[in-house]
Amino acid sequence: MKRDWLPLLLIPALMIGALPLIGSPASWVTLTVAGLAMGLMIFIMASGLTLTFGLMDVLNFGHGAFIAVGAFVAASVMLALAPWMTADSIWLNLAAIGPAVLAAMVVSGVLGLGFERIIVRPVYGQHLKQILVTTGGLIVAEQLLKVIWGPDQITLSRPTALRGAFLFGDVAIEKYRVLAVVVGLVVFAALALTLNRTRLGLLIRAGVENGEMVEALGYRIRRLFVGVFVVGSALAGLGGAMWGLYQETVTAAIGAQVAVLVFIVIIIGGLGSVGGCFVGALLVGLTANYIGFLAPKVALGSNILLMALVLLWRPQGLYPVAKR
Amino acid sequence: MLRSILSDDLPRSRWLALALVAILVGLAVAPFLFPGAKSLNVAAKICVFIVLAASFDLLLGYTGIVSFAHTMFFGIGAYGVAISLTRMGAGWDAVAVGTVAGLVVAIVLATVIGLFSLRVRTIFFAMITLAVASAFAILASQLSDLTGGEDGLNYRLPAVLRASFSFGDTLFGVRLNGRLLDYYLVYVASLVLLLLLLRIVNSPFGSVLMAIRENPFRAEAIGYRTVVYRTMASCIAAATAALAGALLALWSSQTNPDTTLSFDIMVDILLMVVIGGMGTMYGAVIGAVLLVFAQNYLQDLLAIANKALAGVPLLANLFHPDRWLLWLGVAFILCVYFFPAGIVGRLRQKR
Repeated sequence: MKRDWLPLLLIPALMIGALPLIGSPASWVTLTVAGLAMGLMIFIMASGLTLTFGLMDVLNFGHGAFIAVGAFVAASVMLALAPWMTADSIWLNLAAIGPAVLAAMVVSGVLGLGFERIIVRPVYGQHLKQILVTTGGLIVAEQLLKVIWGPDQITLSRPTALRGAFLFGDVAIEKYRVLAVVVGLVVFAALALTLNRTRLGLLIRAGVENGEMVEALGYRIRRLFVGVFVVGSALAGLGGAMWGLYQETVTAAIGAQVAVLVFIVIIIGGLGSVGGCFVGALLVGLTANYIGFLAPKVALGSNILLMALVLLWRPQGLYPVAKR
Repeated sequence: MLRSILSDDLPRSRWLALALVAILVGLAVAPFLFPGAKSLNVAAKICVFIVLAASFDLLLGYTGIVSFAHTMFFGIGAYGVAISLTRMGAGWDAVAVGTVAGLVVAIVLATVIGLFSLRVRTIFFAMITLAVASAFAILASQLSDLTGGEDGLNYRLPAVLRASFSFGDTLFGVRLNGRLLDYYLVYVASLVLLLLLLRIVNSPFGSVLMAIRENPFRAEAIGYRTVVYRTMASCIAAATAALAGALLALWSSQTNPDTTLSFDIMVDILLMVVIGGMGTMYGAVIGAVLLVFAQNYLQDLLAIANKALAGVPLLANLFHPDRWLLWLGVAFILCVYFFPAGIVGRLRQKR
């Protein structure tokens, strides 16, 4: 199959196009790193959603719940390990973040398992009901978060080693953003390797292309789907934990807020495509940061504009996959 | 006579008919039966939300598309009137200009969104409306010169609608002032809009919408352009929502993002339509009444439960008065599973 490189070229094109508008190369580098970090965090959260849609034609409007749960669980663990967080040692800091992120992933993964069973399973194949029921799930989950953690926002400060910025001349790059970029790239690489180089990935890709055929060949696509759903939820939890640390506050509304960005990203990328989701997330992250610098008032509108432009060019998104 | 007013869409259930008559009469005499600012406010809110929920049902129940931007159109209508009343002074010309401007903006926006996203697949529409609506809500709070930002706008209503305007002494112990007039303006306008919607869904146009809901592919094959019909339905719903917003602005003399644009209102409308019953205008009526009541009075009930459970740590939180949405959310999910036709569908079945 011939690869379609055109959408990939959009990212460097956007970066280079922004340079003369911003003027100073120093702030351009800062903004670009910030955009990449934001984009990769969104990618982590969005990848599971786009895969579940591609695989089973299920669009989970409650995806934001996993993001929020991840953020809350991670925040609780980190607050419990506060002495390690404030310690002046990168290893102790990481020893606090590690379990926090792990706990966030496990809890949202388990929640995803339950969500799939209770909320999603009874409404397969019915788009309208899916949207309604998963939205209902989001409402209930958001309220339950308030029941468990209280209605107030939780303030969370980054560990000592991740505060501040690296300085290269007059270029400042926040340390946390570098970490976010690294984690995001690792997740993307792991996903890409699993999807393209393993038997499991082959089955998943085949399932996205034509689920019935995979089933006819004797594979249980349902089980595959539950697995993808759980991994997607866990990734959403990871993204939520990272996003909470990035914003340094955690509220029950975080899920619904970030879910909007996630939706924009998977529409831009093409529903069901992980590669498209990656490109879309980076485009959204970069645009948000560039426009946020150039014209702060229209920052959020810029995402909508970006989406509209992409859809004008390719009505099904950058990499259309699902043929249903 | 009744048949033609209701566009031949009779309640078809004794209990439903009874409930509808009770709501109609109850709202008509509300100012006299339950005097006081709070209950009048609840009654006016019910009127506005009936129209809002009914217009949403045109999309969700009749056409089978989910929009998360309905509050955006509601807000556009409300802000249209609010901005013109703030800028042009408290006259009827301002109200007219604001309403028309709101209508035009709402229809244009609905057309653009519809043509953009209904072309491909309806699931796009849900996501795109969600994105656009959230961007719009942020935009409205950013453009504080025009919209008053987070605080919103406070403005004076036309003189006839103010509490200081009096047209007689008292009737059954209720002062005949501008607020009373305002309430009946909202009441009558809501009733007319509801009957108009009823007329639309029972017209041939409404039948096409339902055909598209049942099987878009077949509807297209018969020769109906589904994109065009869906976009038209979306425009009508948007226009009606904008009018409902204008009514709210005319009632409350203040307009802010929380009461018109927030996602919470969207959730409320969704709950109203689904719990009341999708695919029938009466469902929206019942749902709106139930939900506004629940908002205003379920909290009191929960407060009692909360007190009773004060000693139990987590359980008491579950019944905290602010968690009323939790219980309605659970009811919503159960409704979608077990009573997809909602309360009205249930009532009609039992006949």
